[in-house]
Amino acid sequence: MNTLARQLIDRYQKGLPLSPRPYQTMADALGVSEQDVLDTLEELQQQRVITRVGPVFDHAKAGASCLVAMSVPAEELDAVAAQVNTFAGVNHNYAREHHFNLWFVVTARDQNDLQHSIAAIEQAAGYSVMPLPMERSFHIDLGFKIDWEPQPCNN
Amino acid sequence: MQQLNSRQCEALKLAIQQGLPLRPQPYLSLAQQLGLSEQAVIDTLQQWQTSGLIKRFGMVVNHHNIGYRANAMVVWDVPEDQVEQVAGQFSANDAVTLCYQRPRMLPHWPYNLFCMIHGRQRDTVLQQIDALVQRHDLQHLPHDVLFSTKQFKQCGGRYADTRIDARYG
Repeated sequence: MNTLARQLIDRYQKGLPLSPRPYQTMADALGVSEQDVLDTLEELQQQRVITRVGPVFDHAKAGASCLVAMSVPAEELDAVAAQVNTFAGVNHNYAREHHFNLWFVVTARDQNDLQHSIAAIEQAAGYSVMPLPMERSFHIDLGFKIDWEPQPCNN
Repeated sequence: MQQLNSRQCEALKLAIQQGLPLRPQPYLSLAQQLGLSEQAVIDTLQQWQTSGLIKRFGMVVNHHNIGYRANAMVVWDVPEDQVEQVAGQFSANDAVTLCYQRPRMLPHWPYNLFCMIHGRQRDTVLQQIDALVQRHDLQHLPHDVLFSTKQFKQCGGRYADTRIDARYG
């Protein structure tokens, strides 16, 4: 990853400018051109280093969401995960080392839609869900300080 | 400022949760797409950040794809009267990125406090968890570490109702 990419990630996981030309504002702050910023962001997005440039909504205020765990036979895990992913409201989906081996987050406009989605996912997947709604948040994700690995030496 | 009505708010949420356009005037692009003024889009996004509806606004990094392959969900069984104190200790730790209380689901699931630790390697993450336990004397708390082995999906939430978009499209 080039220096500009790292600088952008270090600086703009939050506080993206709300000026009419935000990428120009970012470029000015970093001493590069607007096109450099746009190209780099485009590239990072294509490489899937960033999933998007945009808002992270507060789950509780933006609508409803719920962490859901499922226990799926290992040989069916990929297929069930793919099935779960077909639901638009599913925004994180991981395999984890545990008896409960599939963990995903379902988001919806409100509690009613959320419950419907979870029930529909359960039915489509064919395995019981264990919903674990957030009761209290103690730590807000404000971006993540990346510990960049040292650049490889040329010699 | 121009206040958006609820339908316009939903439409803006829906449009922006896919990401800000990578064009020189992204707020104008969104505004044109939604039939709003650029200033109304900017003001509304500002207002959403002030109110906390938007927690942060910027680049959303996929940790896995920059080499943070060890992603541990650490789950703890904490007596109710200690939850706040223990959660405070976790939250103060740099290694912890999220900390939530969730219900136990007995008998299958005895854990009520969740925290996430991301690291480049499994060993370092396990060391960080050990250090957390030692530093705060948490040896008495049953806990489990669930490393992720595969990432099937990571994207923004879909809070706005897509049917609204279809209906008013």
